[in-house]
Amino acid sequence: MDSGLLIKGAMVLTYPEGLGGEVDILVSGGVVQKIGKGISAGRALVIDASGCVVAPGFIDLHTHLREPGMEYKEDVCSGSRAAAAGGFSAVFCMPNTDPAIDNSSVAEYVYDRGVDEGFCMVLPHGAITQGRKGETLAPMGEMGKCRAGVRGFSDDGSPLVDSEIMRRAMEYARTMGATIISHSEEKSLSEGGQMNEGYYSTFMGLRGIPPESEQIGVFRDLCLAEKTGASLHLAHISTAGSLDLVRRAKERGLSVTCEVTPHHFSLDESMLSTYNTNLKMNPPLRSTNDIDALLIGLSDGTIDVIATDHAPHAPHEKEAEFDRAEFGVIGLETCLALVVTELVEKGVLSLEDAVSKMTVAPARIMDMDRWGYSATVSEGAPANLVVFDPDAEWTVDPLRFLSRARNTPYAGRKVHGKVIHTVFQGRLVVSDSELIMGPESGKPLPGPEQASQRKPASKKARAAAGRGN
Amino acid sequence: MITETNGHRHLLSITDLEKEDILSLLDSARSFAEVATRPVKKVPALRGQTIVNLFLEPSTRTRMSFELAAKRLSADVINFSTGTSSLSKGESLKDTAKTIVAMGMDAVVIRHKSAGAPHMLTKWVDCSVVNAGDGMHEHPTQALLDLYAMREWLGRLEGLKVAIVGDIDHSRVARSNIHALVKVGAEVLLVAPRSLLPEGIEEMGASTTGSLDEALEWCDVLYLLRIQLERVEESRFPSLREYTLQYGLTQTRWSRLKRKPLVMHPGPMNRGVEIASDVADEVESVITGQVAAGVAVRMAVLYEVLGGSYG
Repeated sequence: MDSGLLIKGAMVLTYPEGLGGEVDILVSGGVVQKIGKGISAGRALVIDASGCVVAPGFIDLHTHLREPGMEYKEDVCSGSRAAAAGGFSAVFCMPNTDPAIDNSSVAEYVYDRGVDEGFCMVLPHGAITQGRKGETLAPMGEMGKCRAGVRGFSDDGSPLVDSEIMRRAMEYARTMGATIISHSEEKSLSEGGQMNEGYYSTFMGLRGIPPESEQIGVFRDLCLAEKTGASLHLAHISTAGSLDLVRRAKERGLSVTCEVTPHHFSLDESMLSTYNTNLKMNPPLRSTNDIDALLIGLSDGTIDVIATDHAPHAPHEKEAEFDRAEFGVIGLETCLALVVTELVEKGVLSLEDAVSKMTVAPARIMDMDRWGYSATVSEGAPANLVVFDPDAEWTVDPLRFLSRARNTPYAGRKVHGKVIHTVFQGRLVVSDSELIMGPESGKPLPGPEQASQRKPASKKARAAAGRGN
Repeated sequence: MITETNGHRHLLSITDLEKEDILSLLDSARSFAEVATRPVKKVPALRGQTIVNLFLEPSTRTRMSFELAAKRLSADVINFSTGTSSLSKGESLKDTAKTIVAMGMDAVVIRHKSAGAPHMLTKWVDCSVVNAGDGMHEHPTQALLDLYAMREWLGRLEGLKVAIVGDIDHSRVARSNIHALVKVGAEVLLVAPRSLLPEGIEEMGASTTGSLDEALEWCDVLYLLRIQLERVEESRFPSLREYTLQYGLTQTRWSRLKRKPLVMHPGPMNRGVEIASDVADEVESVITGQVAAGVAVRMAVLYEVLGGSYG
């Protein structure tokens, strides 16, 4: 059965060691067996990875997979394939589904769907309140102890209005060893808003979402985290003011972490001037000053994590009047490229530091050891790996995405940094940037001759993968 | 120049026009205005062309004005409004647009409550698009007719001091007028409490003040916007009474003025709120003049986008 994989000639990027020289990596039985020079292949499938970096598979703390309930946008099948294609070995999916992920049955259902698909770990975040209604707490203890091992609880998409409930949620989460993930937004200031408030919203005649809406939310939840001692993770920070608040909270020693999305550090509000609904998301694209602050926050470590906030929508939900179009953009399949192009190549972060925000940092925040998962490339550790070429140039083409959705703001953009192979639990799930079907899906792994050549693979694998509609 | 995509010309926003484009449209409007004085109020400029008025937000005067403009140019006109349309059955704007264009339209005149709807329409239709008001964004033909009226009454635009009073935040008329006036070299002063001024409006080239009395002493043109009661519920100002006291053109304010500015209003007026009834009657000729200018200006715009000819 498993004759193994030999990844040849890749530069290993792992932590705390950093980026090393070219070595071979032998994987079998789901585990990295050996790392060294000149390892003989034996019967293993040989993957030529010269010029590439092999890193721990990426981990996305913030994904919307839309299952259950909104499978027409995305589901665990299409979303986990998109994740694998983007080099992710684990994605945490948000509970704003229908029904909401607010109990262990739904959490286990989503988790098991991920296991069935077998392209990456699908780890649900739970809702803070039942039905995401902001009224009564969801059973965090039970969800934490179920098969899905839910660790993060989030009100993503509809912020908890009631501060008293947030306080109690934090207290309860602390006892249960859970982390509250805050979608920080003071709704009374942002209601009806379509984009960042300022000159551009005024110019375009669109209702604005002021930065203060986010900052008041951030400040409230930091206050409550300080009071309760809860562990708090702030989702999709987008303003300079929010970042200042987080920086000060960290200086005071609070147990707080935060994330930023690639779209918030690479796109600004001025780009909306053509009413492109693929630039509509919440929080909205902010000003260039905010971007500058986010870049500083990334480099000084205030921002712990880069997360996608992958938010798939059906075409008809985006091809609409701007104020009727849904919020959100997809990001799993462009994340690495934006990190390389916008952060590494521009000198904001070293490759090591950038990748750590997509691997070891989220693994630590979510305490992923509990799933036997470790974000590392080391002998004896489970083989969840991404092989990427940081220099490869490609052009974003939404029609080639494995996500069911096409709502990317980056269509046509030339980027650098391409995922070539993804290894999940020792199996090659993406080869030569094409998804391949594992034995579980009824299609045998390709033979060594097919997989070892780095060239655009046939369209067959893609067709077999089922593109969705 | 007027925006052009797929070989079709559009008027989506004043910001797409240069000063020369604005002035040439006004000149063209002046020659079209003459048509209204003829016994047969029609020229064959757009004969054989079909224009649809896609009015997805209630409007009487703008729709009538566009309809009349198109008919005076001998175009065929179809009216498509909310209530009578399948949009009330949940059809998307995209599908409605496709349907309309499949019927062989040459131009769509669109009024929509969503900002940017005319821009989106240009992606979906294969014909010209004219913005007849989109959300809080723009109402370019209104600004053009306002400039037309100012030039007719005062003989110039450059250096003109124009005060725009009222709910600037929600006003597409204000936005289009600011852009147009700044382009032709007029000075614009926005008069409103800060709660009715949107963020960054000064960056469009206008100054702001909270004092109507200060503006009255300064301006050549006093442009009053319609104030809506629902802004009270949004806490934009305390009450209509308070608004009138602070920002209404009351009889007291009007009679105190030694040098009377030209008073304009896009209509419909709230008599007794932004303008006292007596004052409204006194300045009525300009305001009705704006309406007449509207037809001529829209003839010029339709003629420009459809590239019609007298041949």
